[in-house]
Amino acid sequence: MESTRSGLPGLTSARQAGLIACRRCGQVHAAGAVRCKRCHGPIRSRDTESLQKVWAWLIAGIIAFIPANIYPMLLTATLLSRSEQTIIGGVVELFHYGNYGIATIVFVASIVIPVGKFIAIGYLAITVQRGRTRHVHQHHKLYDVVEFIGRWSMIDVFVVAILSALVQLNTVATINPGIAALSFALSVVFTMLSALAFDPRLIWDNEGPADA
Amino acid sequence: MSLPPLDDLIACPHCDTLHIELDLPHGGQACCVRCGAVLMTERPRALAQMVSFAVAAVILMIAAISFPFLDIDAQGFHNETSVLSAVMAFNQGRGIPLAIAVALFIIVLPLTRLLALIYAIGPLVVGHRPRRGARVAFALTEQLRPWAMAEIFMVGVSVALVKITGIATVTIGPAFWAFITLVIITIFNDRIMSRYTVWKALDLAYRA
Repeated sequence: MESTRSGLPGLTSARQAGLIACRRCGQVHAAGAVRCKRCHGPIRSRDTESLQKVWAWLIAGIIAFIPANIYPMLLTATLLSRSEQTIIGGVVELFHYGNYGIATIVFVASIVIPVGKFIAIGYLAITVQRGRTRHVHQHHKLYDVVEFIGRWSMIDVFVVAILSALVQLNTVATINPGIAALSFALSVVFTMLSALAFDPRLIWDNEGPADA
Repeated sequence: MSLPPLDDLIACPHCDTLHIELDLPHGGQACCVRCGAVLMTERPRALAQMVSFAVAAVILMIAAISFPFLDIDAQGFHNETSVLSAVMAFNQGRGIPLAIAVALFIIVLPLTRLLALIYAIGPLVVGHRPRRGARVAFALTEQLRPWAMAEIFMVGVSVALVKITGIATVTIGPAFWAFITLVIITIFNDRIMSRYTVWKALDLAYRA
């Protein structure tokens, strides 16, 4: 695929040029515009409350993550036994029965990604607040990854949904969702909102003199 | 430094860097020189492709909802599950909020996105003026993108199948394959064109 390089000499951001750009459609407007003339969406040079929203949703996400790990995700009842399974319990069981691949998927989606996201979003918000940095490219990459990967944490919620729909076999076996399923879904939604509230242009405003 | 006319500029949605918009060769792609985000794509038939894939996806979605999804057999007991009943599984007591969320993520939002896309750019493809609210409809398609989770649901289903193999025999129904096809089409459709390009096409069609 061919890529076309075009740009003003020395790279100017719309903000530096005293202009306001629409993040939805790319249209550039003169200072003072509040609505995009191309896509009619609201426009702002920078989302100044961005970080407040990011922190608020992030904290909500972390709080919801706690019950999601303490309480059971699945309530299984068979003829002989009743059992409750937490997120980690489910991973351990899959691992125990030799389903290493699937166990890894669930572990990564339910534990590694959420925790990694908490750390990554918090780190990005702190670095934006700190000011100049040389690592804008890495930070932007991190933002991209976080934004892309966050939704995938939802896997375990869907596993619970399918299992509890499928396994309703009267007395032989029934599976029902536990309270952790809801807390976990909320945690994922909150952290997604946190990532979406982040205005990535704030990262690039901090590009330090060391970077060209 | 004097700037070119504002309509000749586009700004990167990620890093706000200004670029001068040039005509791209067919199949070409313009990326931000600073952060690498894709700004514009030039594929002459992309709009038509997007609409036809979206129509196909709506049909598959209807099939995926109405046909049996998975069958389970265990010690003489039998249960047939459709995608809808997977959603309704939470439908007792405190499970209701979760039932609503799952329904939104796997059925309502994906379907809304597809219909909004058809509404927004369908008329352009057949050479008509865009309908009222086409901008709102396309904005909705873009905004809902992270919240439509059909592909994640399918990974969840695979995990569930592995977990269940010990207890029971599971048979895969036609809706399962409809859903898989739907997911592949949706992923492909989301990559076909940059959203700046669609906005520009919509804007030009409104002015014509």
